[in-house]
Amino acid sequence: MTSLPAVAPARKLGLVIDLDVCVGCHACVISCKEWNTGGYGAALSDQDPYGADVSGTFLNRVHSYEVTPDGGQVVGESGQARLIHFPKSCLHCDDAPCVSVCPTGASYKRSADGIVLVDEDKCIGCGLCAWACPYGARELDLAAGVMKKCTLCVDRIYNETFEEVDRVPSCVRTCPTNARHYGDLADPDSVVSRLVRERDGIDLMPEQGTRPVNKYLPPRPRQPLSDTRSPVENTDGATGFFGWLDSMLDRI
Amino acid sequence: MHPAPSIIVFTVLSGLGYGLAVMLGLDLLDADSSAARIGHVLALLLIGFGLTSSLLHLGNPQRAWRALSQWRSSWLSREGVLAILTFAPLLAGAWFSLFEGVYRAPVGILSVAGSLATVYCTSMIYASLRSVDGWNTPLTSLCYLLFSLAGGAGLASALASGAALGAAGELAWVAMAFVAIAWLAKIAWRRRLKSIVRRSTPETATGLGKLGRVRLFEPPHMTASYLTHEMGFKVARKHADKLFVLSIIIGGGLPIILFGLVAMGAADGNTATALGLIAAIGYLSGVFVERWLFFAEARHAVVSFYGS
Repeated sequence: MTSLPAVAPARKLGLVIDLDVCVGCHACVISCKEWNTGGYGAALSDQDPYGADVSGTFLNRVHSYEVTPDGGQVVGESGQARLIHFPKSCLHCDDAPCVSVCPTGASYKRSADGIVLVDEDKCIGCGLCAWACPYGARELDLAAGVMKKCTLCVDRIYNETFEEVDRVPSCVRTCPTNARHYGDLADPDSVVSRLVRERDGIDLMPEQGTRPVNKYLPPRPRQPLSDTRSPVENTDGATGFFGWLDSMLDRI
Repeated sequence: MHPAPSIIVFTVLSGLGYGLAVMLGLDLLDADSSAARIGHVLALLLIGFGLTSSLLHLGNPQRAWRALSQWRSSWLSREGVLAILTFAPLLAGAWFSLFEGVYRAPVGILSVAGSLATVYCTSMIYASLRSVDGWNTPLTSLCYLLFSLAGGAGLASALASGAALGAAGELAWVAMAFVAIAWLAKIAWRRRLKSIVRRSTPETATGLGKLGRVRLFEPPHMTASYLTHEMGFKVARKHADKLFVLSIIIGGGLPIILFGLVAMGAADGNTATALGLIAAIGYLSGVFVERWLFFAEARHAVVSFYGS
């Protein structure tokens, strides 16, 4: 049944991504592909992998944006651009439009932990869920003909043969800058919930009404460059040692 | 959105078939005439061919039967279920006309209801997607229904002329009216598309709008991906405008004039049949262009992540 769970899941497992910390190294992209091509469901195929027109299925991708402030109050100065790296994967939405459009029941949201998954044995590869998702979080694997998406590494996080430290999604485990956090966003005392509260975590595309579980932490404000510039041009007010040095240098 | 040929063929031809089935279900063609007999077979062929075409774009068509299970939540599933259920009255109506030469009202009414409901479900597959602003309007359903009815009325009119039925003149009026109304609805739909305020922008997509203007500095992949291929399709604005005008001329203007000539009795016999056929072919060509544009011009929210 591809209706969404009638009762909100008791746990909402998801990611919190810190845009202040991400350096855009794409390690999470590669780690995700490596884990998931041999894990849950069909492999993540590549088309023309060694040719000029290479493409393939990825569950996580990193965009990089240039953000130019208009007023200059918040970050940097007006017109001073800042580069922000932006990893994007399934947000495991509470009101996931990809789930209710599925004609076969392949696409579903788990009532226990809120993870959105695809049962690939039921998927006919119609692609409608990828159309319904405003985030581009779903990609049809062209070799297997089934829809692929982030599973939140469901085959890692509950795997008791793993060390505790490895029972997190592959992208979180691999991130070298600790920009990715995993946890229960329904628990107000979890680390991820506290991060969202303290850093004013945001939803992507709130206007789409999807109520995403994953949150993004916006970059911290930057000190305007003008605040740090020392008044080297003018030495009129110099006193003490610097006043003496100023007058001595003037004489040379 | 990527205009997949299989989906264009499916929506146009099945729409046409269901439109013709509505005309037959309303007993507008004498059930004992060759027009009705050909009409029944033609409607079933159009619907069958269209539905088969819809399976071609599936990644795993062998599991297509599973799509009948989620009718409670999915418009695509509802469409599949209704399409199959509607075959029952359509086949029964065809049987009565072909072999007994009679019209049965209960069968006809069920055919009409089933046909219209199926076309409505097809339209709702697109109209229900919030992620595509241009489609997310009741006008989408209105256009699909009117194009279906206009095509059906056009074919019915051509068939009636061919069989020299008394109702040929009236049917030409009906066809003319439906073609005109359908294109008016489409013009309203496209005006909305052109003036739409996008729900999502690079600023809302990334949540970085509070910091300033957002520009894509580096895309996540070097070459095209499934996302850019499927959702990032773009058509040159000047070409789209020309194509739209062209589709109105051959799919709207031409049929209206030709059906008008038949309706006013300016032509009869074989001439009227030929005019009706040319009008129907023109209409079909115009609707194919219209349907291509329906996909090609629609903008998906995901392109906001790609900076536009």
